[in-house]
Amino acid sequence: MKIKVIALNTFKEAIRDRILYLLFFFAAVALVFSRVLAVLTVGDRVKIIKDVGLASISLFGVLMAIMIGTGLVYKEIDKKTIYTLLSKPIQRWQFLLGKFFGLVLTLFIMTLAMSLIFLVIVLLHTGRLESRMLLAILFIFIELILITAVAILFSCFSTPILSSIFSLSFYLIGHLSWGLETLIQKTRPGTSRIVLRGLSAVLPDLENFNFKTEIVHGLAIDPRFYLYSAVYGLVYTLFILTLAVLIFKKRDFV
Amino acid sequence: MTMVLEVDNLAKAFTPGFIPKKREILKGISFSVAAGEIFGYLGPNGAGKTTTLKCILGLIFPDRGKIEIFGHPHLSMKGREQLGYLPENPYFYDYLTGAEFLDFYARLFGLKKRDKEDKIAGLLRLVGMEKACDLQLRKFSRGMLQRIGLAQALINDPTLLFLDEPLGGLDPLGRKELRDIIVRLKQEGKTIFLCSHILQDIEMICDRVAIIVGGRVISQGSLRDLISEKVLYTEITLSGIDPALLADLGEPVSTHDDRILLKVFQEDNIGNLMALVHEKKGKIHSLIPRTETLEDIFVEMVKQG
Repeated sequence: MKIKVIALNTFKEAIRDRILYLLFFFAAVALVFSRVLAVLTVGDRVKIIKDVGLASISLFGVLMAIMIGTGLVYKEIDKKTIYTLLSKPIQRWQFLLGKFFGLVLTLFIMTLAMSLIFLVIVLLHTGRLESRMLLAILFIFIELILITAVAILFSCFSTPILSSIFSLSFYLIGHLSWGLETLIQKTRPGTSRIVLRGLSAVLPDLENFNFKTEIVHGLAIDPRFYLYSAVYGLVYTLFILTLAVLIFKKRDFV
Repeated sequence: MTMVLEVDNLAKAFTPGFIPKKREILKGISFSVAAGEIFGYLGPNGAGKTTTLKCILGLIFPDRGKIEIFGHPHLSMKGREQLGYLPENPYFYDYLTGAEFLDFYARLFGLKKRDKEDKIAGLLRLVGMEKACDLQLRKFSRGMLQRIGLAQALINDPTLLFLDEPLGGLDPLGRKELRDIIVRLKQEGKTIFLCSHILQDIEMICDRVAIIVGGRVISQGSLRDLISEKVLYTEITLSGIDPALLADLGEPVSTHDDRILLKVFQEDNIGNLMALVHEKKGKIHSLIPRTETLEDIFVEMVKQG
């Protein structure tokens, strides 16, 4: 109940933040631009629209999660609004989860709005809608949930600029970590291979949520892989949130 | 006398920056607040008033010591349900309107819709902010924030209210109104813990005070015990007398036109002065006996501490 109240207030805070609309505006421009780009392309134009469109939703969603998420907790501490809030009978984890769900709700609305523009553009161009497109968007959204948790984790102990850098690094590492697999294959068995294996186990693999290529090109995907990705997202998010709660629980608000 | 708040041997040190040298802010604070009283917590800047308050409210964790609120450990939800808190510089969600702001806190306490509306309307009336309910908090003046902050602290009808510098930033009229509200809350049976620098206000409304200097409580007790009723000196304003004649009777403080303000320390001299004025056909404009004030005691204690 208390989590819901804080989440709704966070939602109110986020949707009254101008940066959200600025990002949304650029996302809309990028989506419309995909149509222009398609005109300039030789080859399958629909694929360009879908590819650029999905990538825009993903990129601007991540920017929204990081830009707003990294400021959420920090602002409460910096502006001292947290004083009145935590003096009420609220546990610190309830506060943190409230913030998290509030931002997830905001991102849900924003992803929905961006997807609508995207789907209308696709519909106008092809005359039909594919349900698999929604599946790609769903996994983009699961990735956004994880990024939100990461942004909130960093926001618990560092400034918005540093948190943004950390969160963006997490995102980039997450999308490049699959390269480690190739490196492991090419390394001779031994200590270095074990170290690389350990590293690949710890580092996030955000490519798990990337079904864009398969879906745009109409390739088949094993349903088990969907399930694996969803569970991976859930477990990783829970892990990050637990870490955030543990750090936040011990903090002195000076 | 039932105690609603007991603080025992509270200590807290901070490590500023990377240098591993601890700075002790609280060095073993102990005091208790009885039900139904207005308790003044005084101290110069940096004495540890707000740190004490933050420890009590669970915003920072003390290194040692015990805090009990209504007999419960201070971090338990049970004790905290009956608390209200107005922070020193009221920082609130400035994107909310006055009514939304109070509605947010009301929902945190799970107030039902009907109760909530009545409660919010009543509180806005109490703090004189009915007109500002649709205005965003970012457009509020300092005094308005203070008022809406007090309304927020009262949303759960708390038994124990913590007010950190509630009269700071208010104009004289606003201060009087807020003082009246605090006294009214006391009459309703609430206990009030008041941190303030404005000693005249504390003196007017507090039952008991604790004075904290350098992280230690150096004095606590009822105001009546602390302040003696003894007349320290008498201030007399008179005119039509040659200042040279007054030299033996008292210490002249200021002269304005013909008017002289005189501090008279010995009671016998008051009679002599009256006789002199009568004889020289002068005029006495005012005669005010000055007793010891909380400020005198405070200044003396801070100097000693």
